[in-house]
Amino acid sequence: MTRRGWVVAGIAAAAVAGAAAAPFLGILPLSDPLSGPVLRQLRVPRAALAFLAGTGLALAGMTFQAMFRNALATPFTLGVASGAAFGATLSIRLGWTFSLLGVSAVSLSAFLGALGSLLLVYGIASARRTFSTAVLLLSGVAVSFFFSSLILFVQYLSDFTGSFRILRWLMGGLDAVGYAAVLDVLPFVLSGSAVILFFGRELNLLAVGEDFAVSRGVDLSRVRVVLFGASTLMVGGIVALCGPIGFVGMMAPHICRLLVGPEHRWLGPATALFGGLFLLACDSLARLLIAPAEIPVGVVTALLGGPFFVWLLLRRPAGAGLLA
Amino acid sequence: MSEPLLELAGFSFSIESRAILRDVSFRVADLERVAVIGPNGAGKTTLLKCVVRILRGGRGRIAVDGRPIEEYAQAELARRVAYVPQADARPVPFTVREFVGMARYPHLGPLAPSRPEDERAVARALEDTGTATLADRTMDTLSGGERQKCFLAAGLAQEARLLLLDEPTAFLDPAHKAEILGTLARVHGERGGAVLFVTHDVNEALARAGRVIALREGAVAFDGPGESLTADGTLRAVYAHDFAIGPHPRTGRAVVFP
Repeated sequence: MTRRGWVVAGIAAAAVAGAAAAPFLGILPLSDPLSGPVLRQLRVPRAALAFLAGTGLALAGMTFQAMFRNALATPFTLGVASGAAFGATLSIRLGWTFSLLGVSAVSLSAFLGALGSLLLVYGIASARRTFSTAVLLLSGVAVSFFFSSLILFVQYLSDFTGSFRILRWLMGGLDAVGYAAVLDVLPFVLSGSAVILFFGRELNLLAVGEDFAVSRGVDLSRVRVVLFGASTLMVGGIVALCGPIGFVGMMAPHICRLLVGPEHRWLGPATALFGGLFLLACDSLARLLIAPAEIPVGVVTALLGGPFFVWLLLRRPAGAGLLA
Repeated sequence: MSEPLLELAGFSFSIESRAILRDVSFRVADLERVAVIGPNGAGKTTLLKCVVRILRGGRGRIAVDGRPIEEYAQAELARRVAYVPQADARPVPFTVREFVGMARYPHLGPLAPSRPEDERAVARALEDTGTATLADRTMDTLSGGERQKCFLAAGLAQEARLLLLDEPTAFLDPAHKAEILGTLARVHGERGGAVLFVTHDVNEALARAGRVIALREGAVAFDGPGESLTADGTLRAVYAHDFAIGPHPRTGRAVVFP
């Protein structure tokens, strides 16, 4: 087996071990009659949710990074996460509780928000008649600010309790009771991941350059719609349930790229596993650091992500924003 | 004359109502090696990008193997036309073998693993360009000359009958220029097909191509053998520059002095 094969196998083994061990961390002694229900109804679903969310955010980040050829691109770059957050915030503020075909109102409005922001970015780029990285990134930042202001506005209009609920949700959280949330997010993550892993060759070519990909026979407009669509759906589904958890989508693919290189047919599976493991580890820290109280997991990822972001900026030569 | 590999008929292309190419018509037959020259902004790169449909639209006809390019699926077109862009100054750290292997994309179905013939095509392209020893290096560790050779290898691995190259020798020193163009000529001789390369160096065009197409302000200003280009005032008119033209001290062929 190649070195790369061993590294991916190692990540897979660590992911399995981590997923198996995490629910037992910080639990009551196993002799306690409550430990069984706590494990089954709280810890295991929470670990599953953390792993799925980490996988989805990391793969979406990897996809955006390849398509923008920029290591700083994340699910937040296109304003997708902010759009989803705004949709979810609005539905929390309005107290919507209905569900459609088993998908909750929060998920639905988060997805619509994500889709709305993507269409907005797409519209701006179309009006400029170019899909250059610069235009997409700039309109993504603009849309992101726009939705962030709307979130603040909704929060301002809310009463104290509502405002606190929104704030708490915005920090991100993976606390699940029972398996409803896991089953809610599972179809989003499975279908999105399958699509992204299926397009490994196209992602390789796009990472080199769009012109390059087209000249090698990639049907650019179709691939772009499919990959952005799959990532948006996945980010929308995850953000609705767990809040806008930042930095996973930036860090996980980047660390994996250092470990296995830029070839997406290896990088994809590695990122999916590592992203899941990473968010699971962050959530365990969030749970254990000041136990019995918890830190919101979004705070933990941001505390790790901020310095990482700076390190990433400092280590690359000026002007080089690419996947090197 | 047999069916041309590439045919442009009255092709015009504009970006935001600025005409980049005007009424361009020419045909390229199998086994031809054509150099495209012209001053900056004459539309040389745009011409190549229109043929591979990196740029879409335009008026008039571009046909590959007798069929208009709009009728091809992108992968179908990529099996017939390979494009070698200028080597990127900021490459992604793929290994050379991975990078060259990506050129097999249009030959492979989705998720299909690469077949022995794909491995052979990659190995042959690496061999032909003298890059086999670099195969396990990553692209970002190569020198400019090595990287350009790998781009040429990738173009060859695509195994298309028509090979388009955008300034394959830009930013290279004279020895590397000669090496790339020598390789290109040798490989073209062995493999056949047609080659169309853009260059800024008129002497390169004269020495390495059987035919020269000169663009000026998006229109074809000259199309013919290099000797006729230097024979009268055409070259001076194309570049609006008073070149001195004299015989090469060793070969006696016409050489252009800037």
